[in-house]
Amino acid sequence: MSAQDERKLEREPAEAEAAMSAEFEQPRTFGEYVQRWWTQIRSGNSGVLPVVLGVILIGIIFQTQNTKFLSAGNVINLLVQGAVYMLIGMGEVFVLLLGEIDLSLGFVGGIGAVVVTELVQPGWGWPWYAAIFAALVVTAAIGALQGTLVTRLRLPSFVVTLAGLLGWQGVMILLLGEGGTIPIRNDVVNGISNGTLSRGGSWLLMALVVLVFAVVQIIQDGRRRASGLSAPRRFMTYLQILVVAIAGVGLVLISNVDRGVGRFQLSGMPIVLPVVFGVLVLWSFILGRTRFGRYIYAIGGSAEAARRAGVNLAVIRTAAFTLGALSAGIGGIVYASRLRSISTSFDGGTIVLYVVATAVIGGTSLFGGRGHPLHAVLGGIVIAAIVNGMSLLGVSAAVQYIATAIVLLASIMVDVVVRRRGQTAH
Amino acid sequence: MTTSTARSRSSGTEPLLRVRGVKKSFGRVDALVGVDLDVPAAQVTALVGDNGAGKSVLVKTIAGIHEADAGEIYFEGERVHIHGPRDSARLGIEVVYQDLALCDNLDVVQNMFLGREAVSHGLLDEDAMERAARETLESLRVRTVRSVRLNVENLSGGQRQSVAVAKAVMWNSKLVILDEPTAALGVAQTRQVLDLVRELADRGLGVVMISHNLNDVFEVADRVAVLRLGQMVGQGPASEFDSQRVVELMTTGRYSGDRNGSSSAVREEG
Repeated sequence: MSAQDERKLEREPAEAEAAMSAEFEQPRTFGEYVQRWWTQIRSGNSGVLPVVLGVILIGIIFQTQNTKFLSAGNVINLLVQGAVYMLIGMGEVFVLLLGEIDLSLGFVGGIGAVVVTELVQPGWGWPWYAAIFAALVVTAAIGALQGTLVTRLRLPSFVVTLAGLLGWQGVMILLLGEGGTIPIRNDVVNGISNGTLSRGGSWLLMALVVLVFAVVQIIQDGRRRASGLSAPRRFMTYLQILVVAIAGVGLVLISNVDRGVGRFQLSGMPIVLPVVFGVLVLWSFILGRTRFGRYIYAIGGSAEAARRAGVNLAVIRTAAFTLGALSAGIGGIVYASRLRSISTSFDGGTIVLYVVATAVIGGTSLFGGRGHPLHAVLGGIVIAAIVNGMSLLGVSAAVQYIATAIVLLASIMVDVVVRRRGQTAH
Repeated sequence: MTTSTARSRSSGTEPLLRVRGVKKSFGRVDALVGVDLDVPAAQVTALVGDNGAGKSVLVKTIAGIHEADAGEIYFEGERVHIHGPRDSARLGIEVVYQDLALCDNLDVVQNMFLGREAVSHGLLDEDAMERAARETLESLRVRTVRSVRLNVENLSGGQRQSVAVAKAVMWNSKLVILDEPTAALGVAQTRQVLDLVRELADRGLGVVMISHNLNDVFEVADRVAVLRLGQMVGQGPASEFDSQRVVELMTTGRYSGDRNGSSSAVREEG
């Protein structure tokens, strides 16, 4: 009894301290949120801030050089150009989260493009949806195969997917045959990258997305607040919704400006943007809200901890490689759709390097455990902006490569330096 | 054997875990040569011994990571066969290893539920998990963890240890084994962890604490068990031990103060 009391007495200072810090757990005012955010950045948790600043910086640089850069037409063009990198990049994120790498995703995407193109040819005559489905099954199977080699035989993913990079290029050339180029004879498939929603349709879709986001957010935060769990204050919920709404309205306004040349009119949101958005939402959902997603992060953080927790490492890893390759298939189809054809000049090697760059530029770690599909989308905007801006300025390909390399290095440096400072701050 | 079990049950002193004559060899190396160990519920049993004495092997055998070559293990009076970590977990035995097995990139709630996530309609039920994690931490009087939504990489050593322990006791566990929980911790953080160890025993759990630090042992342990070269050279209530005696047992296997000079220093219960 007396010993118990003594122990309690000893605990008291710690309790007082804890009570104080508990009050700081949720900031109350906007100022406090900003303060906490700043503390997080200083402690190495910079999130997507560097890449957002990077996009703004790139925008300013190119805009001062060529006023066409931020024109509505060019911005939309840039996003469509970046879509392939974003889609394959979102697949790469799955693999990078494990602490592995997949160098084959470029040509796996190429295989997907070839399968769709071949199946919608008059010879086969498959409907577009069946052809796309078949292509995604094929690419997913490739991912499952490579993932199995990595997980069951414990081969390094770098080597297995390097073999994939070479091998699938060979398979692609075989499938394409002598001709070298096959045009896509299907309007729906070509429409993925070249078609647009009507102006009204763009507004309707945006309104729907913002509405769903708002409802989900309000219900979720409200429920957590009601049951006393850590939830953002009400004004922060509304602020989030407002930001999303502004972004949505902005995108639709830009999309709906006539970006046609001469008498040829073109406006509305390119269909590929909702496709990218849909994949982003789906992959974010899987990573954030399912056990499978949780285990991918856990394996990236500590495979041993995950194993001891009873996670089946081989199954989760193989599935991540499979989803990565499936995303690459989507990206490959979008690529072919934009060119309305697929040819042996498809450069999956360069694409996959850009794809790894998009994920890393966006803030995904190469060492596993940290990353998000959104990083690939933001990184894709950066890569596309550089490529697009430089060709707008008439800069040679050589300089474009060098500039991309510098941006990649800079993004890793920002990440590593900020993180290191966070570690020493402990 | 059956008669002794019946007798100890009737007298109400049947220990939670009873290890009898457990042997384990790795090739020609005999790691455990017939170890006996009693771990009562609601008490802290300190398992001490020099490096290579077999502490880790013994713990891993109880946890099912190694399978014993010979000997018997009784849990709650019943003979049990532990073939793997799943078996021990099913019995309610949880081990907190020295490396803690936490994922730095996940937050406190996510770590505490890793591998046993609450799911509703196929999706993670974050609300339920956060509530349960908070309740567990509160019931263990762990108040130093500022926010359960903080990533583990942002926690101090003592906080991480607390999270690992909380993770272990969350699942109706009956026996918690802690491997060097205070190694590499500062004074204040050691204090936190020892308080937590005490709290576990006060809740009625059996606790085994491996430790090198005899100060910690005598501060928190109700019982002491000394292992030397794969043999249990002494175990009994902590009040019957002091630092000198433990050190002598650890190094020589006998205690000069023992009248009979027997290697089994204390065997009072039964």
